[in-house]
Amino acid sequence: MWINLSALWKIVVYGLIAGAGLPAIFALGLYSLSRGPKTARLAGAGADTDSDVLVGGSVIGMIIAAILFLVVLAAIGWGVYEVYQIGHPAPAKH
Amino acid sequence: MGNDTVLVLVVITALAFDFTNGFHDTGNAMATSIATGALPPRVAVALSGLLNFIGAFLSLAVAATIASGLVNSADVTLQVVAAGLAGGIIWNLLTWLFGIPSSSSHALIGGVIGATIAAAGGSAVQWHGLTQKVIIPAVLSPVIAALVAAAGTWLLYRISRSLTAGARGHGFRIGQIGSACMVSLAHGTNDAQKTMGVITLALIANGSIAAGSTAPTWVIVCCAIAISAGTYVGGWRVIRTLGKGLVEIESPQGMAAESSSAAIILLSSSFGYSLSTTHVATGSIIGTGLGKKGAEVRWGVAGRMASAWVFTLPSAGLVGAAAYGIAHGVGGTFGVILVLVVLAALCGLIYWRSRDTKVDHQNVNAEWQGSLAPAETPEPAAA
Repeated sequence: MWINLSALWKIVVYGLIAGAGLPAIFALGLYSLSRGPKTARLAGAGADTDSDVLVGGSVIGMIIAAILFLVVLAAIGWGVYEVYQIGHPAPAKH
Repeated sequence: MGNDTVLVLVVITALAFDFTNGFHDTGNAMATSIATGALPPRVAVALSGLLNFIGAFLSLAVAATIASGLVNSADVTLQVVAAGLAGGIIWNLLTWLFGIPSSSSHALIGGVIGATIAAAGGSAVQWHGLTQKVIIPAVLSPVIAALVAAAGTWLLYRISRSLTAGARGHGFRIGQIGSACMVSLAHGTNDAQKTMGVITLALIANGSIAAGSTAPTWVIVCCAIAISAGTYVGGWRVIRTLGKGLVEIESPQGMAAESSSAAIILLSSSFGYSLSTTHVATGSIIGTGLGKKGAEVRWGVAGRMASAWVFTLPSAGLVGAAAYGIAHGVGGTFGVILVLVVLAALCGLIYWRSRDTKVDHQNVNAEWQGSLAPAETPEPAAA
């Protein structure tokens, strides 16, 4: 077999989950962080859209954001650990 | 029969390749972060160097592929390895001179294969291993990377649509620091491994270790140091092409591109696939151009790169075969030394030529005006 199909689909699927999914969770964290009174004023018509205020001030928003960021970090940590495990196979026992 | 002088020279040459690999590939990790201003240029390359160092220790799968999966180690002599390295280095430097982000991996593999064929004929090459673990991943990985990056870009813009442009830029610039770090780590797992594989191959060819051995620890440490030092020196020319020449990108795109690259490279490393991190990074950057409405992809630059890629394996192979011809024709230790001296001279020549169109941390982010080196700043108009 010239193409290892099982490896290929794993790379595509895990690639999408890690490569697109994790940044998306980070983006959700940013969104959550931006909710709140400080940024609500910016959403209306004629709003000051030059502002780069990110943190909206909503407490629940910040808590959810923190959780989401931690999820991303944990997922990265787990992924790196997995790569280490696969890359350092235990020596074969005879 | 062993020849330890030649072995030492080969190891030094291999580490030199690793060094060129480091600075050739810094752009893959850091170009987008430098272009969007997420990280100052010199901090970016220092961080990249450190992470490459760590990544080099993370996975041994790719080194195994190079050492035993591509050529029959029984047919490989030290001359072959030396010639192969010479082929890889020369191709790497030529493409560096022209700012083309070509694949160091394929340059190295091409060189070794070319030299092997010159020495022992096509039967010495494990074509199945080469196809499955090098060629097919080379073709498919940029496509998968583009797909993942396009999906990521679309998601990121959609989720953050209620943020102002400034807030979005600010938030994703911070995210980019994380994703750029992951790319550097991933690069270490794939690229430092290649040189370890070649040195291991050389050790096996010299009879210093048994066939089928894994890379010794000192090899791992030396390769890790070489690649991170090269990274720190920084490949400003390639950074410029990737950051500014291909797609004009914003932070969300930068983060999407880097996350995609890091994920694909790490996953492929764990399977022992020797990837071109350059191909993957480029595929990701193009994918982000496709994932964002209105983003402009400079297909001309992309086309130039694609043709450089197609030529890399065979060209490096030809140089490797030629180098082998010289080494074998002259014969013995002197043959190898001659090849390495010629190599060093060519390196000097290319470096000297490059000073004409110098790119460094000061002008790496200047406006792209259709060519690699930015134009001289015009004199300020008289008041």
